[in-house]
Amino acid sequence: MQDQRAILVLEDGSAFLGYAFGAPVDAEAEVVFNTSMTGYQEIATDPSYRGQMVVLTYPLIGNYGVNRQDEESRRPWIAALIVCECSPVYSHWAAVESLDEYLRRHGIPGIWGVDTRALTRRLRQRGTMRGVLTRIADDPDLRALTRRAATVRALSEQDLVGETSLPTTYRIPPPNGRSLGRVVVMDCGLKHNILRSLSRRNLEIIVVPHTATAEEILRHDPDGIVISNGPGDPAVLHGPIATVRALLTSGRPLFGICLGHQLIGLAAGGTTSRLGFGHHGANHPVKDLRTGAVHITSQNHEFQVDRASLPPSSGLFVSQINLNDGSVEGLAHRELPVFSVQYHPEGAPGPQDNQYLFDYFVDLCRSTRREKR
Amino acid sequence: MTKPQKVLVIGSGPIIIGQAAEFDYAGTQACKALREEGVTTVLVNSNPATIMTDEEIADIVYIEPLTVDVLTRIIERERPDGLLPTLGGQTGLNMAVALADAGVLDRYGVRLLGTPLETIRQAEDRDLFKQLLLSIGEPVPPSQSVYSLEEAWRVLDSIGLPVVIRPAFTLGGTGGGIARTRKEFEQVVTRGLLASPIHQVLIERAVLGWKEIEYEVMRDAADTCITICNMENIDPMGVHTGDSIVVAPSQTLSDRQYQMLRSAALRIIRALKIEGGCNIQFALDPYSDQYYVIEVNPRVSRSSALASKATGYPIARVAAKIAIGKRLDEIPNAVTGKTTAAFEPALDYVVVKIPRWPFDKFPRGDRTIGTQMKATGEVMAIDRSFEAALQKAVRSLELGGRSLLWEDPSWRDLETLWPLIETPNDQRLWAIFAALRREAPVEEISRRSGIDPWFIHRFARIVAMERRLLTEKLTPDLLRQAKRLGFSDKQIGTLADLLPEQVRTLRQAWGIRPVYKVVDTCAAEFEAVTPYFYSTYQQENEAEPLAGPKALVIGSGPIRIGQGIEFDYCSVHAVWALQRAGLRAIIVNSNPETVSTDFDTSDRLYFEPLDEESVRDVLENEGLRETPVIVQFGGQTAINLAEPLQRAGALLLGADAQAIDIAEDRQRFEDFLNRLGIPQPPGGAVTNVQEALTVAQRIGYPVLVRPSYVLGGRAMEIVYNATELIRYVTAATAVSNQHPILVDKYLEGKEVEVDAICDGTDVLIPGIMEHIERAGVHSGDSMAVYPGISLSPSEVETIVDYTIRIGRALGLRGLLNIQYVIYQGEVYVLEVNPRASRTVPFLSKVTGVPMVAVATNVMLGRSLAEQGYRSGLWPRQNLVAVKAPVFSMAKLVGVDTYLGPEMKSTGEVMGVDSSFYQALTKALLAAQLMLPPTGALLLSIADRDKPEALPLIQRLHHLGYRFYATEGTAAMLQAVGLPVQMITKRLHQGHPNVIDVIREGLVQGVVNTITGGRSEMADGFQIRRAATERGIPCFTSLDTLRAVIESLAHGGQHYSVRRLSEYRQQPLVEVRP
Repeated sequence: MQDQRAILVLEDGSAFLGYAFGAPVDAEAEVVFNTSMTGYQEIATDPSYRGQMVVLTYPLIGNYGVNRQDEESRRPWIAALIVCECSPVYSHWAAVESLDEYLRRHGIPGIWGVDTRALTRRLRQRGTMRGVLTRIADDPDLRALTRRAATVRALSEQDLVGETSLPTTYRIPPPNGRSLGRVVVMDCGLKHNILRSLSRRNLEIIVVPHTATAEEILRHDPDGIVISNGPGDPAVLHGPIATVRALLTSGRPLFGICLGHQLIGLAAGGTTSRLGFGHHGANHPVKDLRTGAVHITSQNHEFQVDRASLPPSSGLFVSQINLNDGSVEGLAHRELPVFSVQYHPEGAPGPQDNQYLFDYFVDLCRSTRREKR
Repeated sequence: MTKPQKVLVIGSGPIIIGQAAEFDYAGTQACKALREEGVTTVLVNSNPATIMTDEEIADIVYIEPLTVDVLTRIIERERPDGLLPTLGGQTGLNMAVALADAGVLDRYGVRLLGTPLETIRQAEDRDLFKQLLLSIGEPVPPSQSVYSLEEAWRVLDSIGLPVVIRPAFTLGGTGGGIARTRKEFEQVVTRGLLASPIHQVLIERAVLGWKEIEYEVMRDAADTCITICNMENIDPMGVHTGDSIVVAPSQTLSDRQYQMLRSAALRIIRALKIEGGCNIQFALDPYSDQYYVIEVNPRVSRSSALASKATGYPIARVAAKIAIGKRLDEIPNAVTGKTTAAFEPALDYVVVKIPRWPFDKFPRGDRTIGTQMKATGEVMAIDRSFEAALQKAVRSLELGGRSLLWEDPSWRDLETLWPLIETPNDQRLWAIFAALRREAPVEEISRRSGIDPWFIHRFARIVAMERRLLTEKLTPDLLRQAKRLGFSDKQIGTLADLLPEQVRTLRQAWGIRPVYKVVDTCAAEFEAVTPYFYSTYQQENEAEPLAGPKALVIGSGPIRIGQGIEFDYCSVHAVWALQRAGLRAIIVNSNPETVSTDFDTSDRLYFEPLDEESVRDVLENEGLRETPVIVQFGGQTAINLAEPLQRAGALLLGADAQAIDIAEDRQRFEDFLNRLGIPQPPGGAVTNVQEALTVAQRIGYPVLVRPSYVLGGRAMEIVYNATELIRYVTAATAVSNQHPILVDKYLEGKEVEVDAICDGTDVLIPGIMEHIERAGVHSGDSMAVYPGISLSPSEVETIVDYTIRIGRALGLRGLLNIQYVIYQGEVYVLEVNPRASRTVPFLSKVTGVPMVAVATNVMLGRSLAEQGYRSGLWPRQNLVAVKAPVFSMAKLVGVDTYLGPEMKSTGEVMGVDSSFYQALTKALLAAQLMLPPTGALLLSIADRDKPEALPLIQRLHHLGYRFYATEGTAAMLQAVGLPVQMITKRLHQGHPNVIDVIREGLVQGVVNTITGGRSEMADGFQIRRAATERGIPCFTSLDTLRAVIESLAHGGQHYSVRRLSEYRQQPLVEVRP
């Protein structure tokens, strides 16, 4: 792993030298950083990272290898992994292969030996940038690489949700046969721990593609609907926005997570915008404005629902905010059983402190159903 | 909750093993935090060598013994409405429980802040703790509490060996241990029952070999819970966390496991209803996700101090604010200045902590480590790779320049190494490296040591680099890779056959320099305003040189015997003085427990090893010519750097290497004193046995022998004959033949110590201290009295005169410490130390002279006269203060406890009052040396001391004490008609023998003096150890015993309890900006 040199060049011309690992291919994508200290496998397999290279700020990566239980989807989605050090050996009872082998098997390149803190500071100061990762032999042509970085297609010009969401509808029976309710999950590029978290609560789950219409969803007669996380710019997802708009007034409980939260905001007439360098980490404090309680959350998003954009007539209000920058972290509806969070209550990676939201959702499904009868 | 107006903060008392400088850090942060909130703080501690007992930190300071009686009287006087017990370690917690039990808190309406009383009991009482955890579904290892050995045997049948035995309500695992056999079981249970104040031990199934993981958790009154960080002990279960090499964050846990334990930690702190900080320890099966909760500390702990320094999150400060009702999201994050304390730190580096054990001082002690902590201190290092953090931490230990390359000469093949790898001990890390060099497979080392293979693989990478450096040509690429793995220039030089300086020159030529990165709690996600840096060999440097006038203070490294918290006190005060003088103060230190390594103490903190390479790197980063250095305050660590730094072109403030050399080079020192006409005990410096014998013959036995250039009297001995001398010199020259050995006439006189401040012209002597034990007992182990109450005016005059002349002649600017002995009416100079001594905090506090500040100003060019001081002795204060040493011998099995020229104490206490006997009593009480008013004593007195001992024994008889005595001593007592029960010291000739008398609690104290020869000492060794283990005073110096008798006879128990400022009755000179 020591031999092959590699370089990451950003669109502003800054260059970071290191050594190649993973697959022997180039990457061209946006570069974002994640501050989680554990959970590289969950990060790599989070579909929300489609179209992005990920810098891990924690310097020692790969220590516990890759296992079969911590996959957050069917494959890794990151465009490339940028680390300070990728451990050539791993040690964990559940591990089946090294991170290097795993990425190589999935055709994903990596670079190690990078001063990831310097890179992170750059991204924080200048905002998220596009970059090119390539293997080099001699002195690289930095100018050409910089030009290449500047031509990487923007997130909003790519059909990232389409690439990550499965086109089929499938059913997950409740684990012990006796269902406490049926929920439809709209897959916009979902993380498996959302499904695990629902399933653990003895729900029957029907996963539908992001292209499903409200009519198709309601045909399953769900007790509640979850709009999942996913990659990219929510504002370009006109189909899903229309679907969510129709679902908002269906009277069915609606729970939006991350991209799903943004879609609810847009469907209700709000706007979204890009954060300077996104929120990617497992330590974001979120305050619930209704109770004053503070929770530590796992986050991964570039876009936010603009705080002042929600029309009062929508009935939605900001229920939670990020303590660091005041951005919107949660929405709730004054009358309807609709709520959403910008963060990941399923964690993976990150704290499980917000699993209570799934309980709340299940309760909401149950009480709404009771009222209906 | 209404905010309290006045809060009592209980400190942790003297530094002992298991309770070190971390509680000064915690108490200081708490007092500062409470002051910010407008709360008046009343601070009580018996330890004067602390920043927390500064009158600039707490509003009201009591330096008094930590007893229920004293604290009750303070509560009566001060009427605080709150008590913060969670920042003074186990001592603080135990005192709070005792005060509550005595009804004192209720009587005076004092509210317990932070941790509810019920929680303290739940966390400490093993049965309650277990019930609580089981009630919230948290797994605990099968265990049961017992109150007797018979009960223990019954319990063992159901639990099975191996087991851990944990005494209730003790600190640092005192008295506990692991039992693998029935014999060990009996021993440890017996010891543990004795150690526990409630005679309760827990027998618990030992999960030896499981991973040991800790979480630092915080909770506020609104039930917001966060974790500050987790830590992984490299040494698996079975080694006390204080004795484990620890890495933060965890390295071998998947996110699933990390979150599983984190969630458990939050459930536990919620169940305990703690408002503040808490440390939770887990055992995790290396082969599954199964875990057990092992321990909860419902308070700020050593681990919290480490976590604070490892993350930059000020746990004690936040805990104090939570305790008075603040919510986490109402407390600003001092690191970013923008966010709040309600977040979890993200690290973008790795931290390694290594304990500092005292076995360099006690080579004959039992070096194995287990559940009972033995380390006196610790070091921490930060880097971007595990290997570099580990190697920097090893360099920070200051084990005589010992890097990971060190091997014991007795280590040959793997067979000699396996025992050291299998049974944890202080040399295990080095033994593992030696095994790797001998091609031992990683998996086998892991299996035999229980250490996760990941760590052993990392060690193996270091060894692989050693091989490359040995065999390959040194290229820029290879050198850079070696630096990234933390190799020092010295190690690289050793391997690549270069001098360290040549490696440095190569580095500079090739542009391989460390960069400095910020510890910012957020992995660079937000801009940090804190100036807390560590070095690494990467791309971007974040530490631009500080602009404007500045100076660098070299800290004192890990707490060890002979170099304790006193020097951190001095370093911190030097920083403050620099800042007041308008300079930016930079500090370099490697000790995570201290106030000096708090990020808000200095203008800039470099967390680095205190060796030549690291300090020079820091100086070059700041600008060598723009950054003068102060070496006077960091003990011998800093002094040792004076010469190399000066050679490297650094500007030293105050003492220059020249003055240090005069003081430490025997021949130059002798010439120097001769020129001044000041006498010193006759003697000479020798380099071999022949010379030593010649010198000894000339001056006559007994002689005092010691190596030059040492602190803490390391390897110093009184030698009574030629045989002993030959043994000593042979052993010492085997260790080092670079520095000579000093052989001096041993004058058994009255020892006197002064600290002075010189500006080149004037010499200010804030005070004179007289030792209670005669010369021969190390000054750090002696009781000392301020002022010198038994000195004649002419003796004082001579001492003042000598001190002024020595100070002037040395041309020193700064602090000076001189030790004198008065022998047959003549004053001799024993030792001159051109640096801050360990008595500086004590003397500063009792005299009111801010000695470090004054000395720092002198170094900056402000004369004493300009500061309003003049030559001579500072007017004596209307008080008497007695300093008493405190030992940690119960923790150090196999170490002899007798007082001698080699320092053994780990800490000190101060008793202050308006008269001598009261001050003395308080010092004895605080040091736990006081005898109960009545009872029985065991006497075993050397022949040489019998005439002197007899009158003391007669006085004890009149005071109502009864005696047991060994054969010879009993005969003496019978001869003068004193009632005595003879008890044999021949341990194999029936019962009861001396050990039985002690173990069965028949005596409340032991007097055992020794004549010096090694064989006689072995005799009393068992007696002294038994006394230590039983926790009763053992007097090996008749002078100490005399002090106790004086105190008893003169009604010393009628002491007063007053604020320090009331005793001094003199306004303090302003010290804070």
